[in-house]
Amino acid sequence: MPRILGVDIPNNKHVNVSLTYIYGIGPSVANEICRRAQIDPMLKAGDLSESNIAAILQILQESFLVEGDLRRQMAQNIRRLIAIGSYRGLRHRRNLPVRGQRTRTNARTRKGSKKTIGAIRDKSARKQAGK
Amino acid sequence: MARSIKKGFFVDDSLMKKVDAMNSRNEKRVVKTWSRRSMITPDFVGHTFSVHNGKTFFNVFVTENMVGHRLGEFAPTRNFRGHGAISGK
Repeated sequence: MPRILGVDIPNNKHVNVSLTYIYGIGPSVANEICRRAQIDPMLKAGDLSESNIAAILQILQESFLVEGDLRRQMAQNIRRLIAIGSYRGLRHRRNLPVRGQRTRTNARTRKGSKKTIGAIRDKSARKQAGK
Repeated sequence: MARSIKKGFFVDDSLMKKVDAMNSRNEKRVVKTWSRRSMITPDFVGHTFSVHNGKTFFNVFVTENMVGHRLGEFAPTRNFRGHGAISGK
């Protein structure tokens, strides 16, 4: 199995599919890489030659942000939003949807699994539950 | 959809005039504004704006990082106090 960028080991699938196992590469970018490296996208990833892999690597380094670098950049962007005190940063901080979606229902991706929030009548119980 | 680049950024004229005046006279003064929709341009950096949030004015000190955002993004309009506090009784 070929290794591209350290740990990424795309398996015995077509090259254009197997490249999408790299974080930051989707179908369209994968196809573009194949085109630019002049590799038949239908070739199995296992059959890639050394020079093919070198070509792919070069293209990746030249023109795409992937894996750790991409994750770092995303985290940095979010950190910036939080640091400047914008509304979007606030939503990130609270782990709520950022782009104006409804939160009355749904929004479970951001909010996590359901937890019942109700009025706590008893004063001592409230103290325990609250901050 | 994002705004067309051809048009440039949007700033309310009244606000732009005030900022330009401040910049030309090199003074720093808190500018009260209701114009939450105005984009923060590089000219705004270093000034403090008092942005209306629907009820009161919220002081926003503009830094370089804020360029390209809108003034309203920095003056929250909602005040969530949490659920479930039944007072008294």
